Amino acid sequence: MGEYITHEHDVLIIGAGGAGLRAAIEVSAAGGKVAVISKSLLGKAHTVMAEGGVAAAMGNVDDRDNWRVHFADTMRGGQYLNDWRMAELHAKEAPARVRELEAWGALFDRTSDGRILQRNFGGHRYPRLAHVGDRTGLEMIRTLQDHGIHLGLDVFMEHTVVTLLKDGGRIAGAFGYDRERGRFHLFRAKAVVLATGGIGRAFKITSNSWEYTGDGHSLAYHAGAALMDMEFVQFHPTGMIWPPSVRGILVTEGVRGEGGVLRNRNGERFMFQDIPPLYVNSTADTEEEGWRYTQGDKNAKRPPELLTRDHVARCIRREVREGRGSPHGGVLLDIAWIKERIPNAAEHIKKKLPSMYHQFKQLADIDITQEPMEVGPTTHYMMGGVKVDADSQMSDVAGLFAAGECAAGLHGANRLGGNSLSDLLVFGKRAGEYAAAYAKQNALGAVNRDELGSAEKWALQPFERKGSDNPYAVQHTLQDVMQELVGIVRQEQEMLQALERIRELNAASERVSVNGNREYNAGWHTALDLQSLLTVSEIVTRSALQRKESRGAHFRDDFPAKDKRYDGFNIVVRKGAGGEMQLTREPIPPMREDLQQIIQEMK
Amino acid sequence: MATATFRIWRGEKGQGKLQDFPTEVSAGMVVLDAVHQIQAEQAGDLAVRWNCKAGKCGSCSAEINGMPKLMCMTRLNTLPLDRPVTVEPMKAFPHLKDLVTDVSWNYAVKKRIPKFQPRQPDAPDGTWRIAQEDVERVQEFRKCIECYLCQDVCHVLRDHHMHEQFIGPRFLVYAAALEMHPLDVGDRVEALRKEFGIGLCNITKCCTKVCPENITITDNAIIPLKERVVDRFFDPLSKLFRVFSNSKR
Repeated sequence: MGEYITHEHDVLIIGAGGAGLRAAIEVSAAGGKVAVISKSLLGKAHTVMAEGGVAAAMGNVDDRDNWRVHFADTMRGGQYLNDWRMAELHAKEAPARVRELEAWGALFDRTSDGRILQRNFGGHRYPRLAHVGDRTGLEMIRTLQDHGIHLGLDVFMEHTVVTLLKDGGRIAGAFGYDRERGRFHLFRAKAVVLATGGIGRAFKITSNSWEYTGDGHSLAYHAGAALMDMEFVQFHPTGMIWPPSVRGILVTEGVRGEGGVLRNRNGERFMFQDIPPLYVNSTADTEEEGWRYTQGDKNAKRPPELLTRDHVARCIRREVREGRGSPHGGVLLDIAWIKERIPNAAEHIKKKLPSMYHQFKQLADIDITQEPMEVGPTTHYMMGGVKVDADSQMSDVAGLFAAGECAAGLHGANRLGGNSLSDLLVFGKRAGEYAAAYAKQNALGAVNRDELGSAEKWALQPFERKGSDNPYAVQHTLQDVMQELVGIVRQEQEMLQALERIRELNAASERVSVNGNREYNAGWHTALDLQSLLTVSEIVTRSALQRKESRGAHFRDDFPAKDKRYDGFNIVVRKGAGGEMQLTREPIPPMREDLQQIIQEMK
Repeated sequence: MATATFRIWRGEKGQGKLQDFPTEVSAGMVVLDAVHQIQAEQAGDLAVRWNCKAGKCGSCSAEINGMPKLMCMTRLNTLPLDRPVTVEPMKAFPHLKDLVTDVSWNYAVKKRIPKFQPRQPDAPDGTWRIAQEDVERVQEFRKCIECYLCQDVCHVLRDHHMHEQFIGPRFLVYAAALEMHPLDVGDRVEALRKEFGIGLCNITKCCTKVCPENITITDNAIIPLKERVVDRFFDPLSKLFRVFSNSKR
């Protein structure tokens, strides 16, 4: 074992999307020396893909909105499995986090009196999403990036972490490599924040890019932290489905927020046919009322297209299964129809949904101002993640924090659209703040050199093997397995089969070999990412097997109803002493009385 | 299923050659799909950057049949497939490997541009009131996905390698977004003239032509900035005014 390139920081942040950058800014503001590691170039993280907006109860469009309503909406959406304290903090702090972005240069769309405009979105009672057309995520990440670069952050672009390092029970840093030259780096830090995003790459049809291999989830798990709610994977109801090469690319919920409707091949608004009991009182009775809602009528109730994502996704799946789907196996999402209602509809659509217009025109030869889009469910978001303390975002491992998609708690069984960008801001800031405080109170932990040597050895194995297993093929097979057997509708036999297949793929991943040298070698990187993908895939499957009911994003064909017996706990996964996965049911602490009251009032 | 050949630049640090990869193609495929297929089946270590695959992150910039484009937004049915499709890395930046170049210069340039400086909040709630039309004026510039294709095609950078003297179209757009930001009170006009080399742009509009976000780079960003520079430094009246008032404007 040689010497490694070594970096020392107060706080190391793994991931440079919204949560990671917001955390870094906060550490820097607290006077801490901070490094940000990113698998890609700065500013390319998945946050750029967020389209609809950032949820914050500012009440700019409807003054009946406030944090209480946002809190209740978030809990209802999460089917009450959420960490209620996180939901409270999130609802209370989101408005300040959005205004802060404006002070850093973000330019949101405006109301007629010049305040930040807010739009309707699924599951939110009032117009709540601050937005910039349909490219809110880009505006957000660029603002954080451009603000951050002047704060003296050390940014390590195109670096990947292989393992976290511990000194006894506490965090000591991370060990990884740079993609450009394949050199190993030791990052020593007093505190580490995981902000690595999701696990979408475990599935075949996904809106996620190559980066989303569950690295943060897997790193935390192997370092001894607990993961929670891992059975809850959100399938976004509207992804592109044609042509095949664009399958999975997201079609923003904003299309429905602006008046877009879902129809089956017979032209029926099928969403009106199945409205869940929790939402009967808040859903429009007629198509007419639904349209008025999207146009800002405060007395109208929302159209059923804006029900929660899990429900809409399953309704679409049902239409397709029962033979009422569109030509390529989806349903039709129609925004062009609004020309019956408003003048200059084509211009209006292009202005409100420019990226969508662009995306369909260029990738599918479809003009969405004239014809409907074909859409179907796509893997989108991981509600589960590292179990953290609500206030500080610290995990079970001292000094290891997590924020954003790779942390659990805020969204419970299902996330509302728009609550992700606000999550990144609120808890990115909190993680940064508490990580900086932790770093002030603790010295650098010691690093075990033997551990580095074995991590290096492990990482270089694919070059030494002479076998023929191809890392891309293993990844593709895993994606098929998860899509088919642990996807949008699950059942016991299929998931047991999935576990068997994952076991085989684990063995195959130990055999993969790669060609070429260590410099920017995509095959090698794919081979190393397999560990994370396989770890999280197994955790998702085992958690989903445990929850013998249907709730939120988790739907079991063999247990299609919600079961009261599963009401009060989260499923938590830890790595056992012998390396085995240990699943436990951990009760949710009783909700504070004042918050319970809010839930009652908002029912 | 049809077969097409992709002639991909392979090599390291500028040393290498074009190599032919025949692969199967199907309806709706984009160049990035073909490159991924080749990577998975024939050339596991092929280096290529990508992320969103939807034209939103600006990672997969390359030169396709000599034209700077995003691989994820270039459909095969827009290319003649009866001859090989050439895929090469961008030329204006140091080459690393295969289709990947070292774009770190861009990040260094951005850091040099004076940051956003808002005026004092003026609304009672401690924020600002901004008219939608003022927002829209700069939203066009803020659409930029930083793919650097405009930098790649700019002859000042590509042919004359004046990376030290000129920040390139991307950062002129960035400077324009700041200068025209309704809240910003910073002043970058002198820097634009001196350190950022705006005078080196001779408005050939190549950047505008390749912008995948259709930002009217030259007309809407660069020319107005050039006018500000001219107004400040070359207009005789304001020159006289400056002499007497000794003010910066």
